[in-house]
Amino acid sequence: MISTLTEFIDELRSVGIGVSMVEAIDAAQAIEYTDLQSRDNLRATLGATLVKNPRHYDAFDRAFDVYFGLEPLGDADTEEREGETSAEGGSGAGSGGGDGLMESMVDALLSGNSDQLRRLVAGAVDRYAGMQPGRPVGGRYYAYRVLRRIDSEELLARLIAALVPDDTDGGVDVRIETERAEALVQQVRDQLEQEITGRLIADRGRQQVAANRRLPLVEDIDLMHATRVEIEDVERAIRPLARKLATRLGQRRRHGSKGRLDVRRTIRKSLGHGGVLLEPQFKPPRASKPEIVILCDVSGSMATFARFTLQLTYAISAELAKVRVFAFIDGLDEVTDYFSADTDFAESLVAMSREAHIVRRDGHSDYGRSFTEMWERYPDAVTSRSTVIVTGDARNNYREAGLEAFERIVARSRAAMWLNPEPERFWDTGDSIMSRYSVACDSVDQVRTLRQLEAFVERATLPAHRRAKIAS
Amino acid sequence: MLKTTREFLSTLLVMPDNWNSPSDVRDALESAGYLADDRIAQVVFLASRLDKPILAEGPAGVGKTALALAIAECTGRKLVRLQCYEGLDEAKALYEWDYHKQLLRLQSDEGAAWDDLEGDIFSESFLLERPLLAAIRSEEPVVLLIDEADRVEVETEALLLEVLDSYQVTIPELGTIEAVTKPIVVLTSNNTRELSEALKRRCLYLHVPYPSIERERAILEKRVPDLPEHFADKIARTVSSIRQVPTRKAPSVSESIDWARTLLTLGIEELDDATTASTLNVLLKYQTDIERIAKELSLDIDAEASPE
Repeated sequence: MISTLTEFIDELRSVGIGVSMVEAIDAAQAIEYTDLQSRDNLRATLGATLVKNPRHYDAFDRAFDVYFGLEPLGDADTEEREGETSAEGGSGAGSGGGDGLMESMVDALLSGNSDQLRRLVAGAVDRYAGMQPGRPVGGRYYAYRVLRRIDSEELLARLIAALVPDDTDGGVDVRIETERAEALVQQVRDQLEQEITGRLIADRGRQQVAANRRLPLVEDIDLMHATRVEIEDVERAIRPLARKLATRLGQRRRHGSKGRLDVRRTIRKSLGHGGVLLEPQFKPPRASKPEIVILCDVSGSMATFARFTLQLTYAISAELAKVRVFAFIDGLDEVTDYFSADTDFAESLVAMSREAHIVRRDGHSDYGRSFTEMWERYPDAVTSRSTVIVTGDARNNYREAGLEAFERIVARSRAAMWLNPEPERFWDTGDSIMSRYSVACDSVDQVRTLRQLEAFVERATLPAHRRAKIAS
Repeated sequence: MLKTTREFLSTLLVMPDNWNSPSDVRDALESAGYLADDRIAQVVFLASRLDKPILAEGPAGVGKTALALAIAECTGRKLVRLQCYEGLDEAKALYEWDYHKQLLRLQSDEGAAWDDLEGDIFSESFLLERPLLAAIRSEEPVVLLIDEADRVEVETEALLLEVLDSYQVTIPELGTIEAVTKPIVVLTSNNTRELSEALKRRCLYLHVPYPSIERERAILEKRVPDLPEHFADKIARTVSSIRQVPTRKAPSVSESIDWARTLLTLGIEELDDATTASTLNVLLKYQTDIERIAKELSLDIDAEASPE
């Protein structure tokens, strides 16, 4: 058990989940109080001791299934299964899984018979996956082959037909029964994955299978090239982060200092102790009201990333009153109202790209023009209380940089920060003019992943000294 | 006689020392009105065995605080609660010297030797205990609930570490005070910010997500006893479906209980789309969310006036 546990912990660390020595020891101790017959109990024990961030549970579960998953139904059961399938009139390979399989699967799912389901899935893997020992293909390929034969679309349709009552006209009924059916089909997929994984382990060993199955943690997903599913994960994770940023920006002053001595209240308080100035009273520190001005490049190359920036903005605006957002491509427009607290994010995004005047000419980024427009059209947006955050790759299509306008904006602000989603080594290559802007900024950060965004949030405190104001 | 024996035995069962398996924990919690799933039962069991604090984290309104209350109730322990907020400090969380009393003491005995006085005014009778110290010094066993730990600043978290680590509090003038009986500690967090690694490392982590459909149905049946069975099922499924849609504030368990009660109070017998549409405002607290969900579930919220 201990050796499996240490291998398992190694795997967690390889994925990027930090497991400390203390936690590993805790896990080992906790296992003594765990009923090892129950996978769920073991999962709970290891989860509670090793993984302390809800974002990491998916990765934890994937690794857990490899190290402590159910054994696949091996060859011993094959005869029994053969018997079953022929009894059910399964026509074997050839005719798309055979009606027998489909019907028994629907039965097993509807009656919640997980053993039966497990046997059926194992049988399907036997017949359709074409697994051969030592073949260098991943589990996903085999799963795909089986799913094609099982025909999950058809399965879903049959489940829905069975679950949704005929006489209903309720949209909610249809919806919740459809969701139930989808959950059941997912159960088949999970079972299939479990079965194939189990067999691959027998063939290649745990470590390798685990390594093949690894997915990046949410915080390591590349925001510029995220898939649809990944985007959803990231969007869920982004809200706590926005709150953190909002409190960080607001907190700064309060921390440490109590404010100035309040002589009047101190003397007043001392009357109770015969005039001894016992408890000094302080004026409450003036609450700082941070203002944020966000300039967001939403051009084609930045599309996915801009989505996150705007999402972050949207979440921040729920926390802070004064957030102004400006989007630009080769024209700039204020889009704050699209992302106010009581709008729907997805709809706002569509509305913004349709209505806002962010394209003036050809729809290729023009930072110079946008900054100039910012300075000319919204001279009052930036004040000495505002933090300016620019998000963009600084790829200016060889156009005018507009440095003068940018420096003026920065000089007027409290701090200016630039987030660039491109890897640092690509800055200043081709049409990127990052370094020309970065001279004026208080900080420039590469932000491609949530982890980096989080680090930025951590650092987002006012720089100790402001740059000497540039003569205007 | 027989009855008292049974009562005696059942009190034995609810003492954490007598929990022999997670299912004992589950039964004990259920007797206090809390339906635990396998994971919760296992983690509470581990906490009682390993003497480690539980850090329960999850969205608001899923019963994290209720878990601590239930543990206190079913073990018959006293609950000591520390409600966290921004700006919480040592004086409010741990202990404070009673300046006024110390001053009176000094004034009442002018001319006494300083050495005598010093030892005197920094003694326990001049100490005001706050929740953490109270939990440590308590003679009877307690459950210490540190509620919404994510609200304190990162720096303040450090205050908790000594208590969580070794169940002791160090007061420079008095020395280290160790726990008489080890408290069961439950911390809760709404995950509005990430707690420090140091804190997490010392705790057993319990992620409390929204309950599964089956568990939510059971909770509804337990909390709203008059609720017909098919109603509970439909409510649980509908609420779970609503939670799939991204909203500003997803309905919590307490809101689905409110919804069930509302439907009962209104005397509604069939939960159809029109009823759902007209009572959606019990579940959702933002107008945009209501509109969003209505659209998503193809409900017509404007068509019918709400049944009054």
